Amino acid sequence: MSTQAISIENVKTGEVTEAVYEHPLVVRICHWVNAVSLFVMVGSGLQIFRAFPSFGAKIPQKDLINWPKAFAIGGWLGGALQWHLTFMWIYLATGLVYVGYQLFSGNYKQVLFAPRDLPGVWPMVRHYFFFGPKPPVTEAYNSLQKHAYTSAIGLGVLSVLTGFAVWKPVQFSWLAWMMGGFHLARLWHFLIMWAILAFLFGHLVMVVLHGWNNFVSMLTGWKEDPEYLSK
Amino acid sequence: MNSRIDERKFRRISRRELLKLTPIVALGAFAVPALQKPLLKAGLGFSDWASGKLFRPGHLAPTFADSDLTPFSKFPINDYDVDDPGVDFDRWTLTVAGAVQKPGDYTLAHIQTLPKFTQNTRHVCVEGWDVIGNFGGVRLSDFLKTVGADTTARFLTVQCADDYYESLDMATALHPQTLLCYEMYGQPLTREHGAPLRLNIPTKVGYKQAKYLTDLKVTNVIERVGYWEDQGYSEFYGL
Repeated sequence: MSTQAISIENVKTGEVTEAVYEHPLVVRICHWVNAVSLFVMVGSGLQIFRAFPSFGAKIPQKDLINWPKAFAIGGWLGGALQWHLTFMWIYLATGLVYVGYQLFSGNYKQVLFAPRDLPGVWPMVRHYFFFGPKPPVTEAYNSLQKHAYTSAIGLGVLSVLTGFAVWKPVQFSWLAWMMGGFHLARLWHFLIMWAILAFLFGHLVMVVLHGWNNFVSMLTGWKEDPEYLSK
Repeated sequence: MNSRIDERKFRRISRRELLKLTPIVALGAFAVPALQKPLLKAGLGFSDWASGKLFRPGHLAPTFADSDLTPFSKFPINDYDVDDPGVDFDRWTLTVAGAVQKPGDYTLAHIQTLPKFTQNTRHVCVEGWDVIGNFGGVRLSDFLKTVGADTTARFLTVQCADDYYESLDMATALHPQTLLCYEMYGQPLTREHGAPLRLNIPTKVGYKQAKYLTDLKVTNVIERVGYWEDQGYSEFYGL
């Protein structure tokens, strides 16, 4: 599945290692821009939420949680809305460029979850969470990874759709209607944020566990010594 | 087979690939204090521009059954300073000015001679809460016709008895659900809900729907957008 692989020879020792160009430039740019956007969207979103930290009635108002200001962006509702309504376009554009690029380049084949990946999910879950044996690594993304990254894209789409329903419940009344109206769309938007944060948590744990070479591959595109090439 | 290169060349290739990511540093401009404000202003401006494009003059806001109404006692009252600016109802008039053929002071009785419309629509606050209310009044578009307003003008501005002020794009002013509202839940407006006359605009967020109206002006130029907008809220905020 790998698009481009090379052998690297250390002239001094004569040692040869393999490297694969796993992450094309567009993917890497989208990844890091999105990391910034997501940070801003979550931070400003939580400041917006502080203005009415409830999903019930306004009268009487029962606050769900008093979200600390330190974990919010924008300082006040108006400031947070400026951040949110600015970065939502960057977030949306990045998503469109990413998905468009994946489809056009065919790069999606290495990461899109397909029915044939289904049998591989459970062995990976067993390995990560229940001390099961490690399944053989045969490609850049294992079944569980494909599942996670494909789900993350799905969550991204849902975050945009629920966001549009909250932002424009009249012009996109059909969207709001599908979500049970403006009131519930706001709740979905909030829950999807937490789902994305849950993905992000797992993602970061995996980044730490998989070490430096793996992390660098999202910067340079090249993964040195990928496990699936080792004989 | 794979091509084979030496390590130094690979490091060079890797470094070049890393440097290709530098455009992302541009996002750092949002962290520069001097640039942050204009950038966010531009972002909000773009959002408002898109909002204007997304607005469809003939598209109606969803309406609801009487059984969906939020009880009147649970319809929130949001003011920026006082619940009751002490309007003298006997002497109250709506002063109309600007690009209109018949400027002057209009009494509530005069306004009420226009056809009355009632609607159960959702009132959405910028804070995030929403209620479904019953509103009654005359179409702003009918009133604008009465006063001979130039509907090619870009804006309509209003002044309120409590010094609150707002502005509205003409397309929204002419929307059939945009009301000069003098009734809620079949009763004359109470003081805290904006008596004797307020705006009810189901296609706009709450802060656009000014209460205790005293002045209305049709104009192409606005110096001030609105009480909250001038502090940084969205100028269009159409729902």
